[in-house]
Amino acid sequence: MDFELAYNNFFIIITGLDETLILVIISLSLGFIISIPFSIARASSNKILSNSVYYYVFVIRGTPLLVQIYLIYFGLGTIPAVRESFLWIVLKEPFWCGVIALVINTVAYTTEIFRGGIESVTKGQIESCKSLGMNKFTMYAKIILPCAFRQALPGYGNEMILMVKSTSLISLTTYMEMTGLARNIMYKTYAPIEAFLAAGSIYLFLNFLVVQFIKFLEWKYNPHLRIKS
Amino acid sequence: MLRFDLLILGDTGWGDELLISTIMPILVSLSAMGLGVFIAIFTAWAKISDNILLKLFANFYTTVIRGIPELLVIYLIFFGGSSSIMYVGKIFGYNGYIELHAFTMGTISIGLISAAYSTEVFRGAYSAINKGQAEAANSLGLSRLQTFLKVLAPQILKHALPGLGNVWQITLKDTALVSVTGLVEIMRQTRIASNVTHSPLTFLLSAALLYLILTTFSSKVFNKLENYSNKNKVVV
Repeated sequence: MDFELAYNNFFIIITGLDETLILVIISLSLGFIISIPFSIARASSNKILSNSVYYYVFVIRGTPLLVQIYLIYFGLGTIPAVRESFLWIVLKEPFWCGVIALVINTVAYTTEIFRGGIESVTKGQIESCKSLGMNKFTMYAKIILPCAFRQALPGYGNEMILMVKSTSLISLTTYMEMTGLARNIMYKTYAPIEAFLAAGSIYLFLNFLVVQFIKFLEWKYNPHLRIKS
Repeated sequence: MLRFDLLILGDTGWGDELLISTIMPILVSLSAMGLGVFIAIFTAWAKISDNILLKLFANFYTTVIRGIPELLVIYLIFFGGSSSIMYVGKIFGYNGYIELHAFTMGTISIGLISAAYSTEVFRGAYSAINKGQAEAANSLGLSRLQTFLKVLAPQILKHALPGLGNVWQITLKDTALVSVTGLVEIMRQTRIASNVTHSPLTFLLSAALLYLILTTFSSKVFNKLENYSNKNKVVV
C-alpha cells in the first residue's frame, strides 16, 4: 500500500466528481418528477393504469441495472429507425444513455416507494378533503402528496444512496466518471488498491452527505416528532 | 435488429450457450448468499454485543460496504486481491503474473456485499424478538448456546426471511457485475455473442428475460418459504 500514490490518485479521481454529481442530480430529479404521476397511477383504482405501471416496475426491478444500461447503450443504436431519428442525437452520447437508463431504473423503485406513501394516507383525510369540496387536483397537491412524501422519506433516502452507487456502472459505457478514472489509473499504475480506495472514499463521503440531507429533511418535515426541549 | 434465428439451440445458434451461462449466476449467488449469511451471523452478533470494539468494527464494515458502489467492491477484491497476492509472491521470489480464480473472487466480493445487507436484516430480526424469551430460556436453565439454537435462532430466521428474500434479489442482480472479472456468466456470454453476431439487442433482451425468470422464480420460492414459516401463525 503506497499512501503517496493513493493521495495523488485522490486528486485525479476527484476531477470526475462533477461528472458523477451531474449524473446523480439529473437522473434523481427527473426520476422524482416522473415518479409522481406513475405512483398516482399505481395507487389508483383503475386496474389498467395500475397494472401497466406494476408490470413496468416488475420488469425493471427484476433485471440488473447493467442489462438496462447495455440495452440502451449497445442495443438501441442497432435499430435503424432509431439511428435515423432525432433520438440518435441523444442516444449516441454515453452520458445521455446513462441518464436514460438511470431514470428508467430509479422511476421503478421510486414509484413503489411513493405508492407506499400514498397508500399510507388515511381514509379520513381524503374524506375530509372531499367534504371540504376540494377537487382531485387540490386534494393531491395539498394533502395526499405532501403526506405521502413525508412517509416515503426514509425509503427515498435509500433510493438516493442506491443512485449514487449506481452511477459507477455508467463507467462501463466509456463515460469517464469517478469509477472510470479509477479504472484508468489502475491500468496505468498496476496499483488497484490505491486507485479504488481513493474512489471508494469519495463515494462514501457522498453517501454520508446524502444521509445527512435526508436526516435534515426528515427533521424539517416531521415537526411533530421533534423532541421538545 | 432482432434476430431470433441466433437464439436456437445447437451449433448454429447461441441459445444453448446462453442457457448454460445461466447456471453461473445461480451458482455465484447461491455460494455468495451462503457466505454472506455465514459472515452476517457473526457481524450481526458483533452489532448487538456489548463489546464496543466489535460493535465499531461491524458498524464500520456495514457502513463502508453499503456506502461504496458494488462495482468498486468487486474491482477492489478482484484486482486488489490479485495484486496483494503478487506482492506476497514477490517476497518469496516469484515475479510472474498471478491471476485469481474469477469464480472464487466473484463469490467472495458478492458475498461480502450481501453479508453487509444480511447483517442489517438479522439485527432487525433479533430486535423484533421479545427480550423476555431469552430471559425465560435462561430461567429454565438453558445454556447460552441452547438458548440461541433452540429459542432465538428459529425465531430470528422467521423474522429475517422476508428481508433475506430482498437480499437474495440484490445478490442475484449483483452477479451481473461479476462479468467484469471475465467470468463467463449471462452478461459475459451476451457480450461475446453480440460481438460475434453484431446483434446486441437480441442477446441483451434475452439476458434481461433470463434474469427476469431467475428473479421471478426465486421470489416465488421465498413466498412459499414465508408461507411455510407462518403456518403456525394464529389469525385472531
